Amino acid sequence: MASKLLTRVRTVPARLGYPRLLSPTLAAFAPSRLLSDAAAAAAGAGDSPPASASPAPRPSGSSGKLEHNAGSSSVHSSLKDPELAKFSAIADTWWDSEGPFKPLHRMNPTRLAFIRSTLCRHFGKDPSSARPFEGLKVVDVGCGGGILSEPLARMGASVTGVDAVDKNIKIARIHADLDPVTSTIEYCCTTAEKLVEEQRKFDAVISLEVIEHVADPAEFCKSLAALTIPEGAIVISTINRSMRAYATAIVAAEYLLRWLPKGTHQWSSFLTPEELALILQRSSISVKEMAGFVYNPLTGRWSLSDDVGVNFIAFGTKNSQ
Amino acid sequence: MPLTKNLNIAIIDSNPALVNGIRINKEDPPDPRVSTITPATISMFRDIGAWQYLQQYRHAYFDKMQVWDYTGLGYTRYHARDVDKDSLGCVVENKVLQSSLLLCIQNADIQKKIFPSRLVSMSLNPGLKSKRMDGISPEISRGDLTKLQLNDGTCLYAKLVVGADGSKSQVRELAGFKTTGWNYSQNAIICTVEHASENRCAWQRFLPAGPIALLPVGDNFSNIVWTMNPKEALDRKSMTEADFVKTVNHALDHGFGPHPTSSLLGNGNFFSWFRAGVVTSGDGGFEIPPKVLKLASERMVFPLSLRHANDYVSKHVALIGDAAHTVHPLAGQGVNLGFGDAFALSRVIGEAIAVGMDIGEVSLLKKYEAERKPANIAMMAILDGFQKAYSVDFGPLNILRAAGLHAANYISPLKRRIISYASGEQRLPLFS
Repeated sequence: MASKLLTRVRTVPARLGYPRLLSPTLAAFAPSRLLSDAAAAAAGAGDSPPASASPAPRPSGSSGKLEHNAGSSSVHSSLKDPELAKFSAIADTWWDSEGPFKPLHRMNPTRLAFIRSTLCRHFGKDPSSARPFEGLKVVDVGCGGGILSEPLARMGASVTGVDAVDKNIKIARIHADLDPVTSTIEYCCTTAEKLVEEQRKFDAVISLEVIEHVADPAEFCKSLAALTIPEGAIVISTINRSMRAYATAIVAAEYLLRWLPKGTHQWSSFLTPEELALILQRSSISVKEMAGFVYNPLTGRWSLSDDVGVNFIAFGTKNSQ
Repeated sequence: MPLTKNLNIAIIDSNPALVNGIRINKEDPPDPRVSTITPATISMFRDIGAWQYLQQYRHAYFDKMQVWDYTGLGYTRYHARDVDKDSLGCVVENKVLQSSLLLCIQNADIQKKIFPSRLVSMSLNPGLKSKRMDGISPEISRGDLTKLQLNDGTCLYAKLVVGADGSKSQVRELAGFKTTGWNYSQNAIICTVEHASENRCAWQRFLPAGPIALLPVGDNFSNIVWTMNPKEALDRKSMTEADFVKTVNHALDHGFGPHPTSSLLGNGNFFSWFRAGVVTSGDGGFEIPPKVLKLASERMVFPLSLRHANDYVSKHVALIGDAAHTVHPLAGQGVNLGFGDAFALSRVIGEAIAVGMDIGEVSLLKKYEAERKPANIAMMAILDGFQKAYSVDFGPLNILRAAGLHAANYISPLKRRIISYASGEQRLPLFS
């Protein structure tokens, strides 16, 4: 969920031609999404160079969608993508555990429990140690304010956090510097693709609640795979494209309970577990474990379960070449 | 617990015993300050490895309990056999409890430092919102920690401050926790007395002014906790020892009312159908408590009150034990609730470290509060209910209370449930 990680648009026509993976029954939704995806992608990633990023919010890019000049990159950067704008607006509240990011804070220990058990098992680390990830290089793609990166650092990992929204990176840096243990985290305002270009490699690549905001999930997965060493680990979490998910994650969470700002999620960009597994497989990643998150409204706690109907998380390993 | 082994712990306590150690002379008669610890607390002590130190000193298991009142209308006897256990609890002097815990800490492989001074002030560094986004000013480098000032000038920074400093908690005051509660218009006299032979039963008799409890503390000694109104307490404290012994025996025996007979309405009419298959607690009927021969310690008086902190946690601060809740001593539950808090908090902290969370985070500490608050409040409500029910001498109410005692004695499932709840096996009185 953290922030939108956009793939840099090379040429719009090529983008439009790339078949997006969708199950046949929902093909009806596909064309409009593709168009808006491409438009949104073309409207500009909005990630200006980190050093000179201005914190002032740009006008929302929704009007820009229809006016874009396809293929002209100079127009892209001046129009802020709606996904990025959504997160920029509430960036200051990242670390307010009662604020707009409350569901994420609530979900965090559960996601960490899954990551901890799968990574410890995969890398042969001792789960009863307080710092089991000692010696592991981990990248948190779409780190937002660092909600996931900090616990990973406390567990001993060498963490790199990347996010396309500069404000998030600034917030994450300030918060991480409060504690000497987490101040070792490296934060960059960049994208997965740029990291691939820099030939960075990591033992574990983690991208939670990001892929549903990405224009091209398959390309995104390819980038994540490229960042992983052979036999490395990848953990992705997202929301299932099911009726239940529509009812809970969109209607309930955005409209009824107001947990998330309206429009945070687009149902059509959710992926089913099978689709995720398939696109990961095409990027040479075999999904080894999958689990669902369920929310208990009585206790207000999230827990891991077999029910992948709404939120789910997948752990995969990169095939050795 | 391996996960919490690497935490750096500072113990702030101005009690010199922490630095010098607690010397216990085994020949001394028992100190009147004792606590009754439940089997649940005993197993907690075993888990942390403190029980082995405790066992070397005087401690008294008891397997029987008798509760009755001055009206002579009813009584109830409990035996550990009713729940297939060996004992209902153990009475231990407070200094023995403290010494065993201290030895346990000293021998444990953890990083700890004892600061023998008092807390003077506490301040939470400003959170993220008040910081500017550009640049990092030097003070923030230790930000998001609590700063503690001690009276000897030491300054400490902590991720989590646990207020375990008793009913007049300084941590609770400084952190601004609001409390609810009231003072009971009762004081308690405590002292140690001696019998002719060993006592293995816990006795409690509700008198018009308050209950008197006789608890075995080992050898031939027992501990007396006698609750009464403040004026009587002063009188009884200042009277001669011989007179005091006489009043104690009077209170436990024929004073204020007759002995209860074995059944309320003759033998086996109203409650006889309950008796089929009932758990009879072995010894059968009502017993008179053992005679007190002499006083073995000074008499101490302290006031009783009920106090409950509205919240147990806030950012970087958690309250446990009497700092969070103070209860009436009539069921010996206070210290056991406190130990329950301590173990719940340590477990929650362990779970947090397992997933790399910051141990001072409120959402995490709220988990501890959500676990302990309902249990503590339920127990406090029950104890307060007892205290109020027994403070009124009113015919129909007396009979109701007696009926309650009878029910508690003869209805086996209820009896088992009561014993299990009082032993700490069950967290909540219902639905658990």
